[in-house]
Amino acid sequence: MPVINLRVNGNPVSGEVEARTLLVQFLRDNLRLTGTHVGCDTSQCGACVVLMDGKSVKSCTMLAMMADDCDVTTIEGLANGSELHRMQQAFMDNHGLQCGFCTPGMIMSALDIVERNGNDLDEATIRRELTGNICRCTGYHNIVKAVKAGAKAMGD
Amino acid sequence: MATNGIGVSVRRKEDKRFLIGKGNYTDDINVVGQTYAIFVRSPHAHATINNIDTTDAEAAAGVVAVFTGDDLAADGIAPLICGVTVTSDDGEPHRAPAHPALAQGKVNYVGDHVAIVIAETLAQAKDAAEKVEVDYGILPAVTDTASAADEGQQQIHEAAPNNICFNWPLGDKQAVEAAFASAHKISTLDLVNNRMVTNPMEPRAALGEYNTGTEEITLHLTTQNPHLHRLVLSAFNQLAPEHKLRIVSTDVGGGFGAKIFIYAEELVVGWACRKVNRPVKWTSDRTEAFLSDAHGRDHVTSAEMALDEDGKFLAMRVMTRANVGAYLSTFGTMVPSYLYAFLFAGQYTTPLIYSEVKAVFTNTAPVDASRGAGRPEATFLLERLVDVAAADMGLDPVEIRRRNFIPVDAFPYQTPVVQCYDSGDYNAALDKALALADYDGFGARAEEAKSRGMLRGIGLSSYVEACGIAPSAAVGQLGAGVGLWESAQVRFNPTGNVQVFTGAHSNGQGHETTFAQLITELLGVPIEDVEVIHGDTAKTQFGMGTYGSRSLAVGGVAIAKACEKLIAKGKKIAAHALEAAEGDIEFADGNFTIAGTDKAMNIAEVAFNAYVPHSYPEGLEPGFDENAFFDPLNFSFPAGTHVCEVEVDPDTGVVEIIKYSAVDDFGKLINPMIVEGQVHGGIAHGVGQALLEGCRYDSEGQLITASFMDYAMPRADNVPNFDIDYAPTNPPDNPLGVKGCGEAGAIAAPPAVINAITNALGVKHIDMPATPENVWRAAQGAA
Repeated sequence: MPVINLRVNGNPVSGEVEARTLLVQFLRDNLRLTGTHVGCDTSQCGACVVLMDGKSVKSCTMLAMMADDCDVTTIEGLANGSELHRMQQAFMDNHGLQCGFCTPGMIMSALDIVERNGNDLDEATIRRELTGNICRCTGYHNIVKAVKAGAKAMGD
Repeated sequence: MATNGIGVSVRRKEDKRFLIGKGNYTDDINVVGQTYAIFVRSPHAHATINNIDTTDAEAAAGVVAVFTGDDLAADGIAPLICGVTVTSDDGEPHRAPAHPALAQGKVNYVGDHVAIVIAETLAQAKDAAEKVEVDYGILPAVTDTASAADEGQQQIHEAAPNNICFNWPLGDKQAVEAAFASAHKISTLDLVNNRMVTNPMEPRAALGEYNTGTEEITLHLTTQNPHLHRLVLSAFNQLAPEHKLRIVSTDVGGGFGAKIFIYAEELVVGWACRKVNRPVKWTSDRTEAFLSDAHGRDHVTSAEMALDEDGKFLAMRVMTRANVGAYLSTFGTMVPSYLYAFLFAGQYTTPLIYSEVKAVFTNTAPVDASRGAGRPEATFLLERLVDVAAADMGLDPVEIRRRNFIPVDAFPYQTPVVQCYDSGDYNAALDKALALADYDGFGARAEEAKSRGMLRGIGLSSYVEACGIAPSAAVGQLGAGVGLWESAQVRFNPTGNVQVFTGAHSNGQGHETTFAQLITELLGVPIEDVEVIHGDTAKTQFGMGTYGSRSLAVGGVAIAKACEKLIAKGKKIAAHALEAAEGDIEFADGNFTIAGTDKAMNIAEVAFNAYVPHSYPEGLEPGFDENAFFDPLNFSFPAGTHVCEVEVDPDTGVVEIIKYSAVDDFGKLINPMIVEGQVHGGIAHGVGQALLEGCRYDSEGQLITASFMDYAMPRADNVPNFDIDYAPTNPPDNPLGVKGCGEAGAIAAPPAVINAITNALGVKHIDMPATPENVWRAAQGAA
């Protein structure tokens, strides 16, 4: 089986994968990083979003081999020890999560939104940018608030 | 008020683990020696199984075992059950065809379970499942709710002639006919309540482990009710004795009803792990979820309202055909009957109501509870019919509602459809909602929209629902197979911190915070010293689970009852230590005090004394650990008015929700932040039903909306921010003064949205989902 070498949350990792192994399977099954979730099989729900070389990708729609030699950041890589990342803190402060299943993908997408749109986000931009992430619990109201607050906090 | 007690928007205790990727959902669990299961599912909606050849699959790489229905039956595993009996109009119980967990000679819907393939890896299991050869004899399929019971239809089950599950009448037919005969006006409405797929974001999963030493099965499940699963799997399915079956349900990624039911995969995985003596793991993919999770709604209804010359409702008549799917799911009979027709009075004084529900089998996935469960269907037809009646009478929708509201001084109010509402103030919620929505300013906004070529509409929904499910005696009379109390255990540790064991299992609603706030309020323990434990039958004594907005209204009260017992015992312990009479001890803010003095003992010290009883009241048991059960006296009746304002583009049919205002009566709020989140989510679910979501089978029974590509879930740009407020009343039968809040949005929103669209277009009705195509066609018809 092919061997891939990459960095995940700053740590070098390597592993044997089948050609058909998806990146999300490699993260969850090989590395036991189960914070990245699988909510669908058609690249629609966004529960599996991670950052690859700083850009958001749906890890259910990428082969693990495509991440060879890349930098991958998952939800487990954001907090600094016991200190939450400002986007994570904003989700807590604004009740931007309920069951928590879509949350890692929402937060990883939010970081990408901030990266591309800056720290001063309006509601319409956030809503448009979040259409690749589905949440059944929150009605999005508090997620939108959280992303706005988190984006602002990241700029402070 | 305690710092983090009742009424405070405390940040959630459970959030941190979810935010850092340390949630522990069932599929996140992996155990040594684990195998992987794939279910072979029927590709046909209706077929006989002539033969199943598993030879090639068994020989495939990595395969551990392949089992079919015969293997399950040979081990005495019994079929899945429906837990609530509805008596049909012939006096017989509803027709309940056998529901084997793996098919026995016949399949009845696409996705029906034919075999399980267990292999060393998931990929090997998938590969081998392709090699199971099934020889099907394809039969015509029945998929249409309205015509499923018609003469000449293909029969699905021998045990259910004409595909009828039950015919269930409710009310005085002759009296209603007489009222209609003398009515000033009769308003009529035919409608469809669209079939939905519940779609919690976490797909279902099951991981079974068998211990040959203890002979215990541990089954990790995505469930809303671990103890109910254990009870049914033991008592009815013969999986294992109750004391040899442990259900563990760690974090659950949303349920909304879909994870209440005892599913085939859960029973088969539990059985198979013992059979192969290896842990067996199955995780649904999304397409499997669409195919085999129980669906919701799916009614076809004709409704009529008789009115007098003042617009007062004289009588209502409702005829419904409800699709229960191919087999009866766990509560499949209860949803279109008791949870539906008992709500037909709504907020109104309608004195006479007659309804008939004909439940029909079809070659589609089983239909059962989905957020609201019967109450959204009732509210949609009633609140739409009220708007039609308003138009027929030339009355404003607000005015016709006010004329018919149950007055505030009429509670408790006995409706003609069984339920007795305990409390409510419907005008108060309506007034507040109209102000929040600036209803009076709508005319000007509509004019402004018109100048841009857009059509504005505003719609109301004044709902009442019955939740806090449920008084055991009441549901027992109705045919439920279980009691619906809740249990709690509140345990102090010797060091003074508290563990709360609740049978009400959180699926994301924040129980770990809300229930901890109860402890803080009632016992004065700092919230950081409270841990709420749920979802494991080996830890929590008993429980009936989370559904029907019952966790706080029933489970929360059980916790409060256990707290009362602790305080009573603590008074004895404190009296002894403080050398005072028990009657002189008062308890407040965590301290037992001799009345009128400053001599006091904190509850943590009392707990320590209870576990280190060196100097202790004679005859009193050591320990500071109490449990309680609570069986509610009545349902809980949240109510309110939601107002939706939309703008319709007549050229494209696109509907935009401009403003959504909700005023609800949930009684007392424990954590307003969490309640608001529940309302938001419920409204979005309801907006999804109204505008986007429609589960469709074709005439051959193929599910043509089996992925998020084909089934439109509400996304961030489909909904606005919501304006939320409350108009609480005190429910006298609930000791905490609380009402459920988890389903209200999903119940109230669909008619509010559709009433706004019909108002914008000037049409009588539009069926859900009001997609751009449907709205555009309706707009063309109206023009």
